[in-house]
Amino acid sequence: MAEVTLSGVTKRFRDVLAVDDLSLSIGNGEFFVLLGPSGAGKTTTLRLVAGLEHPDQGIVSIGGEAANHIHPSERDVAFIFQQYSLYPHLTVYDNLAFPLRSPRHSFTEGEVRARVTAVAEMLHIGSKLGNRSTALSGGEMQRVAIGRALVREPRVFLMDEPLSSLDAKLREELRIELKRLQRRLGATILYVTHDQVEATTLADRIGILEKGRLIQVGTPREVYGDPSSLGAAQRLGSPPINVVPPALVDGAALPSGTAAVAIRPEDVLIGDPERSCTLHLEVQEYSPLRHLLILNGGSVELVAVTASERVYARGDRVGVSLPRQSLLFFSADGRRIRT
Amino acid sequence: MSEIKLNNLHKSFGDFVAVRNTNLTIGNGRFVVLLGPSGCGKTTTLRMIAGLELPTSGQILLDHRDVTWQRARERDIAFVFQLFALYPHMTVRENIAFPLRNERLPRKQIIARVASTARLLRIEELLDRRVGGLSGGDRQRVALGRAIVRQPQAFLMDEPLGTLDADFRELMCLELRKLHNQLGATTVYVTHDQSEAMAMADDIVVMNGGEVLQAAAPETIYHLPETVFVGSFIGSPPMNFLPVDAPVPPGATEVRLAGAAVPVSRCLQGCDKALLGVRPEHVVLDDDGRLRGRVMADEYLGSHQILVVETAAGVVRVRVDKNHVVPLDATIGLTFRVERTLLYDGHSQRLLPSESALVVRKEVAHG
Repeated sequence: MAEVTLSGVTKRFRDVLAVDDLSLSIGNGEFFVLLGPSGAGKTTTLRLVAGLEHPDQGIVSIGGEAANHIHPSERDVAFIFQQYSLYPHLTVYDNLAFPLRSPRHSFTEGEVRARVTAVAEMLHIGSKLGNRSTALSGGEMQRVAIGRALVREPRVFLMDEPLSSLDAKLREELRIELKRLQRRLGATILYVTHDQVEATTLADRIGILEKGRLIQVGTPREVYGDPSSLGAAQRLGSPPINVVPPALVDGAALPSGTAAVAIRPEDVLIGDPERSCTLHLEVQEYSPLRHLLILNGGSVELVAVTASERVYARGDRVGVSLPRQSLLFFSADGRRIRT
Repeated sequence: MSEIKLNNLHKSFGDFVAVRNTNLTIGNGRFVVLLGPSGCGKTTTLRMIAGLELPTSGQILLDHRDVTWQRARERDIAFVFQLFALYPHMTVRENIAFPLRNERLPRKQIIARVASTARLLRIEELLDRRVGGLSGGDRQRVALGRAIVRQPQAFLMDEPLGTLDADFRELMCLELRKLHNQLGATTVYVTHDQSEAMAMADDIVVMNGGEVLQAAAPETIYHLPETVFVGSFIGSPPMNFLPVDAPVPPGATEVRLAGAAVPVSRCLQGCDKALLGVRPEHVVLDDDGRLRGRVMADEYLGSHQILVVETAAGVVRVRVDKNHVVPLDATIGLTFRVERTLLYDGHSQRLLPSESALVVRKEVAHG
């Protein structure tokens, strides 16, 4: 396993600046997730590390050594795509063994067998080794694709939305397994996704990418709880963070220069009799599944996630308070004002 | 506007039973969602209501009128498909007017109805655009427009939002629900997506294997799933189900899970093989909890986290506060909120009567 560093990397496609002066250091054994909307430059970044694209400026290094001029096949990285791209005419065993049998390696069949069976056990596909790869379910196919990368024991894994073609249940199952596997192997993984659930559940650190630039890097808790800008605050959170006009908050509590105040839905307190509620709002929607309330009153719309078991009905009136310690303040240019 | 009633509706394709002896009443003006995994029979049911598929046996009543053998066009029902099925070479206006032209309505009336439909869907400024150049959301609005303009007795929708991306889908859910509140037309909506169902439905009908497992308000479906399947299908993550060690006598207030004594809501009916069902938000971390397990994973989701705990009785998912930090591989104790525990018959997989079931039913009913 090895660390990966990008220093001042820029990549343009004609007029489009796909990756803009990106500097990033991924530690040995770290699970790093690049999160961003489509077109943010995530996949380009991954392809730059793999050597499938060449940077216009800057240096990509793997294991402390500049890799710009190293051929993709010599970089010793494994790429896992959204589409499994297995060989349909081969069995699971032969699909897994395929990278080991390439002429650049000189494994004996005994060594191949040992590695393939170990990886298959790890991924719970040991009983499927004799099956044709086309006779597998989607989840099993993606396991085989991950297994094919694992058997090579590469220095770095690059993963491009590997779970996005699976249904919700399988995605959760594979997510948990992938994370355990990464811990166990101490693998360095650079993983790109637009799915915030994958980002916060898998990552040691998340990098939020927007228009080719990193807008924040940190642990999931840092990025969610302590966003550096309004853009970063809005990238994570489901339902999204509430942005309210500063006039809604007691003026004495507002730092100077505040243009917007934000609060996470789960930090909004509903009908707490201990506190003096500053707002009285009407329930517009209530979803028991997500414990979610959409509230409005006058020009204010607030989304709250409540832990209470009460069943609310449309039109109910509730008292709402916004605790001072949960408020985030932003200036007019979207930068966070820390207090 | 109308009521739809299915009596013993049955449909088989050769040996395969797609819909099994289904009874269902869809009240006038209700928004009812048929929810289930692919192959559960929800689309076949919808197509039979529409008249696109004929039942093998049974009866379909539309406002007490037997329409079982009527042609689709005689039923006065509008169908909205997942794929927009618009005429790409026509403008939005022509697409919406199309069904009215077919019915040979007077020109003036067509113009008036198209205008009011466009106003309702807020697509007035798109009326003269070609459909080919529109975004997915706008196309879906046009498809809805073509259904609404006919002023049918009922709307049938088959995963109409399936092709839209997640953010937009949520928005369209809200819009569809608002539209329903304005029109008040009986709507039957098919989806496999539980969040769409929860966001829009007055009633949810959960189907699996061609059978209706439960038909009730979203709150009831969530808090009181009638079967193990419903509890596992609804909720993210789903309800935890754990096997109970020994037969449960009637009146029991405690069961054993892999040897650990766990208090439960008083069971009103005995059962020789039972499962305990509890939602992740009703499991509490408790050092004194008899049921103990190892934290296998911590799924941090920002607003909250889901701990995946491996116990001797099986895996238990626990919803905990976002600020709580529990180290991986730690051994922890668990207790369940007694009044939220449910017991299921291990053979029939059905909910057993208990005090908590009664209490929850009351709460859900009265808000």
